Amino acid sequence: MLNQETAKKWLELFIEQLLENKAYLSELDTAIGDGDHGNNLARGANALAEVLQTKEFETLTDLLKTTGMTFVSKVGGASGPLLGSAFISMAKASQDSADLATVLEAGLEGIQKRGKAVAGEKTMVDEWIPVVDAVKANKLTVALIDETLEKTKNMKATKGRASYLGDRSIGHLDPGAMSSNYLFKSMIEAGVYDE
Amino acid sequence: MMNKEYGVLLVSHVAEIADGLAKLISEVAKDITVKSAGGTPEGGIGTSFDKIEEALSSFEEKTVLAFYDLGSAKMNLELAIETSDKTVRLYDTAFIESAYTAAALLQAEAPIEAIEEQLSALEIK
Repeated sequence: MLNQETAKKWLELFIEQLLENKAYLSELDTAIGDGDHGNNLARGANALAEVLQTKEFETLTDLLKTTGMTFVSKVGGASGPLLGSAFISMAKASQDSADLATVLEAGLEGIQKRGKAVAGEKTMVDEWIPVVDAVKANKLTVALIDETLEKTKNMKATKGRASYLGDRSIGHLDPGAMSSNYLFKSMIEAGVYDE
Repeated sequence: MMNKEYGVLLVSHVAEIADGLAKLISEVAKDITVKSAGGTPEGGIGTSFDKIEEALSSFEEKTVLAFYDLGSAKMNLELAIETSDKTVRLYDTAFIESAYTAAALLQAEAPIEAIEEQLSALEIK
């Protein structure tokens, strides 16, 4: 169930994952990008942790919006405006609905509006689209989240910094899809998604 | 005196690139307001929504021509544009060449239509 309490737990687990896997995310990004994905997200995660500890949130919308603004302001790479736009769009959608599929779909639209990526371009969108579809169909599992990530490995990047590498981007996991993989696994663990 | 209708904003992942380009441009456009927003607030590599927003709102000019280096700079620029009360014209053009062209033509008091026609030839992203 998506509500203020589960969403807060979700974000706390996501923060933990980002901090724990900071070096790994940067390592993935070193292979096909500029090597800063882990550090950038860790900076955002630390800032968000502080906000969650010090600020009282009145509503789910308030919590999601503040999360989005924190990512926009504190994450220096492309993931800042992208994840930030996702949470800001999710906040907007949550004003009218607490249905997870509806809210996540708005998040995906926010990412695509900002980054203009479509399916198959080896970006975080390739993690988001199958997950949003699975949530809609009530079929989301940890295995599906991981299989979706694995599929980015054989994709050739045509969007984002990795696209400058062309064919050389094939064979590496997409770091943005990896961090979104943590986001969605945290979502299940926090009980935001229930079967 | 030049009209102060248009300003130029340069956004780069590296502060020295944005500042260096502003320096280069000022040579041919001494009456044009050129501002830069490069790097992160901590002085690292990246772009910053907060820095871009701050630079945008500090223009006296109502319209700002914005140029950027790489993809995520554009995303932060677009976010800042959405929250700004300025009219911002954002160009997907070769960073150095197009910012230089635009500023030089603004200094020469060329109309915006003529400037944008020149810029369209420099579109690369």
